[in-house]
Amino acid sequence: MSAEVAHSKTSKAVKEMRSRLLKRMITIRRFEERVKVLYRAKEITGAIHLYIGEEATAVGTCEALEPGDYVTSTHRSHGHCIARGLDLKRMMAEMMGRETGVSRGRGGSMHQFDISLGFLGGNGIVGGGIALAAGAAFSAKYRKTDRVAACFFSEGGANQGVLFESLNMASLWKLPVIYVCENNRYAATTPVEKSVCSQDIAPRAEPFGVPWSIADGNDVMDVYRHASDAVARARQGGGPTFIECKTYRIEPHCGIIADGRDKSEVALWRSAEKDPITRFENLLVTESILVREELAEVRKEVERELDEAIEFARQSPFPAPETAGDALWAD
Amino acid sequence: MRKIRYADALNEALIEEMARDERVFVIGEDVDLYGGVFKLTRHLVERFGPDRVVGTPISEEGFVGLAVGAAMTGLRPVVEIMYMDFIMLAMDQMVNQMAKLRYMSGGQFPMSVTIRAQAGAGTAEAAQHSQSLEAWFMHVPGIKVIMPATVYDAKGLLKSAIRDNNPVVVIENRVLFYDFEEVPEGEWIVPLGKADIARTGSDVTVVAMGYARRKALAAAEQLDGEISVEVIDPRTIQPLDLETIVASVRKTGRLLIVHEAPTCCGVGAEIVRQVVAEAFHYLDAPPQVLGGADLPMPFSPPLEQACLPQEATIVSAVRKLREG
Repeated sequence: MSAEVAHSKTSKAVKEMRSRLLKRMITIRRFEERVKVLYRAKEITGAIHLYIGEEATAVGTCEALEPGDYVTSTHRSHGHCIARGLDLKRMMAEMMGRETGVSRGRGGSMHQFDISLGFLGGNGIVGGGIALAAGAAFSAKYRKTDRVAACFFSEGGANQGVLFESLNMASLWKLPVIYVCENNRYAATTPVEKSVCSQDIAPRAEPFGVPWSIADGNDVMDVYRHASDAVARARQGGGPTFIECKTYRIEPHCGIIADGRDKSEVALWRSAEKDPITRFENLLVTESILVREELAEVRKEVERELDEAIEFARQSPFPAPETAGDALWAD
Repeated sequence: MRKIRYADALNEALIEEMARDERVFVIGEDVDLYGGVFKLTRHLVERFGPDRVVGTPISEEGFVGLAVGAAMTGLRPVVEIMYMDFIMLAMDQMVNQMAKLRYMSGGQFPMSVTIRAQAGAGTAEAAQHSQSLEAWFMHVPGIKVIMPATVYDAKGLLKSAIRDNNPVVVIENRVLFYDFEEVPEGEWIVPLGKADIARTGSDVTVVAMGYARRKALAAAEQLDGEISVEVIDPRTIQPLDLETIVASVRKTGRLLIVHEAPTCCGVGAEIVRQVVAEAFHYLDAPPQVLGGADLPMPFSPPLEQACLPQEATIVSAVRKLREG
């Protein structure tokens, strides 16, 4: 193979990968922006927790995973679902409480699952997925596979005691867990300065003998690099890793009712210097990986897919009331 | 026939089920090195190795949650909780996760988790080592609850629990651990959801669970010739074998429920509700519950015994019911 051919193959692979990351981030952003509209129109009800602004963390982490790996998510789960590849149509149907939803309308926004993708669900309890991830990793090891478990939680979840119990066991037993702490600076309405006693959260892994690092959670490639290292270590039997992704929750904690945050703070994180999607788009153009027309094409494709998803959800039936008891018990 | 202890029966069930299915593993505090503080898991680590007999740190929430995650990914964990009182530390994992994840996922995930919790009272261990919390778990949709009260049932029910594809809380009574009983050789299964008519009678139905079964049988024996008492041990609290209880009440017209857990909002209250709804017109007297006192369990033995149903108090309750 000539150097030129090799180079063009490499750049093709690079372009594909970068385009995939970009498309996933845009899909998360637009999925949620459209959810906001549907929520205002009362087509979606209940509790919705939006991930806007944090897209790079989910997408960069999930890019480092392979089929067969496991993911545990949080109450703010849409981003993790999309990054892991859940079907948009069935996700939107779940949001609208339809029988065709990923959880047959039993779960809703916070409880989307897909066993075929190893996606062990969102969780309505802050920190609720942390011990489950240790269990999935234990299971992977028990069955002598090289599968790993990625465990998402926030800086809020990092204050739950179950994290320390889990870190201890994961370290003792070298469980293949990638702890991804999404420090989005707010736990409901409480700012991180009022809930975390130190500047950084990742060093909490240190006394457990768990390697840790801090990533720019708004830089998808940086998250991807940190996650890839952690995944490689876990797959090779090196045990858990703790990654703190510094990011920002643009939207209020729940729903679309504005909270009392300083508008200038939100504006800063929405700016081209901070926003994970704008940053990545600009990088791709600067590095001549994509041209502006291609970016527009990606956005068009995302809109098309979301149109289809919303239409699918709208056309889907609600679950029949007499089926409310289905799925409680296994045979 | 041979004689074994309740504790041996549990141990045999674990060994047989681990040998039968590689997905079954045992996890909990001290379960490996010494076979647990009550030696219920002895010989397991020698036979199955530390990968399948996992001694844990004192982290109930963490290792119960770990078991739930392992079950979601296809394993069949058997968790030991050293004292049922400590289960409170794992309530989020059991109630919010274990009981609900299968349902919330539209039935996608398996959830075969057996939680073995040692419970019982009468050993002067005070209020944080004497609770029997079956009512709490009966209240949570998605969890089965069993209370084996004989050596035979200890083995047969535990084996059923481990083979069940749903979460099962097994309440093992430590006061019974060292009881010998004649049992068959080899394997047997006791199905979940089937009550045991421990003694037949025609005047009064006494539903008694856990250690109260034995006290109720002794009371029935004492009343023999005076009042004919039918003793039913539900064995499984959730799902409850209401049919067997109702059939008995239709015959006797009188119902007394006995358990050691506090009376308020206890399993007895729920059984009364269900029986009244099904068989109100067959009742000749108001159904009664003789439960434990609605108090934290006191340490001092005379106080402790005063807080538990006794053979004598059961006898009085049956006589009163017969007169009523």
